[in-house]
Amino acid sequence: MSTPATASQTAGPYWHMIDFPEWADLLRAGGPNDGVQGDRITLTGRITDGDGAPCVDAMVEIWQAGPDGAYDAGFFGFGRCATDTDGEFRFTTLKPGAVPGLGNATQAPHILVTIFARGLMQHVVTRAYFAGEKLNDQDPVLNLVDPARRGTLIAQPAGAGAWRLDIRLQGEGETVFLDI
Amino acid sequence: MSDPIAYRRPAPGTQPPLDLPAYGSTHKRHPKQPLIRVPNTLTETSAPHFDPAHYPVQADMSQVGGRAALGERIIVAGRVTDEDGRPLRGAMVEVWQANASGRYHHPRDQHDAPLDPNFEGRARLFTDAEGRYSFVSIKPGAYPWRNHANAWRPIHIHFGLHGTGFGQRMITQMYFPGDPLLPLDPIFNSTADEAARNRLVSTFDLDITRPEWALGYRFDIVLRGPAATPFENTP
Repeated sequence: MSTPATASQTAGPYWHMIDFPEWADLLRAGGPNDGVQGDRITLTGRITDGDGAPCVDAMVEIWQAGPDGAYDAGFFGFGRCATDTDGEFRFTTLKPGAVPGLGNATQAPHILVTIFARGLMQHVVTRAYFAGEKLNDQDPVLNLVDPARRGTLIAQPAGAGAWRLDIRLQGEGETVFLDI
Repeated sequence: MSDPIAYRRPAPGTQPPLDLPAYGSTHKRHPKQPLIRVPNTLTETSAPHFDPAHYPVQADMSQVGGRAALGERIIVAGRVTDEDGRPLRGAMVEVWQANASGRYHHPRDQHDAPLDPNFEGRARLFTDAEGRYSFVSIKPGAYPWRNHANAWRPIHIHFGLHGTGFGQRMITQMYFPGDPLLPLDPIFNSTADEAARNRLVSTFDLDITRPEWALGYRFDIVLRGPAATPFENTP
């Protein structure tokens, strides 16, 4: 006897009641990764809608491997961030390592990015890869994406240790969202 | 290492669409390009392990510092399982809701209804070995939301679930039985399958009800289960 998964419903505009702003800094003092060594980075982006207007009430969650490419083993790879009045989110974390894919494949370093918001009946899921990674060319997920749109999944350098990936929910330059 | 087992695809009609014309906020926010189906890798089948030692349990929203919130005290309880009925153990459940007057403890909520200093409206729970959770709260109020003329949300409680894989991550809303606003609400009615929709409505439960103290409501939650065959883990 099986029961289908419970239906998703929008997180609405008041999800901030479960916002803990410190969760956006995965390296915070006293936090789960305090003292873990690696390549310290920030991942910033602006979320916009089909009119190009900033989404100022979105909840962004990330899930990633540690610098060694392992999930939840020595590095706690979860973060949550509210978008601000410009629609921007910003995480401080360690750059993930390459992760095993299916079969003998290797996945390029990436961060799973999910967005919940008013107006999203289900959360949308995408990935942030890193420009210039050699493994990007062979990444099994990137290779499922039309090359013309692949760039929407690739964060660009924006200063020392700083990476930027803007997310467009709809319209021109629409981000590639993944059905996982 | 063997490949991870993929999650089951949703049964038709059991999840809401991203493009929902009756819900105005979806108009400019739903992607218009089709989602790209990707296999479930370790990225999707692993998830953070939240340790209650670092994420303290908060299971009583009915009071703040011993001062009782206004409204009708309720107990909400249920089980979190996967689609095959297997309990999710130690799963973190996040809960938030409006107060008895239909107002959120949130700076952007400007509904002309009183705030209650003794109601913060958020909880954090962990399921036990059988997947069970429970918390105490105050029955929330309905509130207007300007989606259409004279639009009111049926009373509801928001739930956020974390499973054993990020592919199970889910946010939903629990409704109350007999609410006259349910047939009018585009969010509740977004799910085409009637049975799936009605599973969002809690049931009054005398076994959860505590004599002389609070009514009890049951709300069971199902997260995605494993696909039947490894062949389903291909794009």
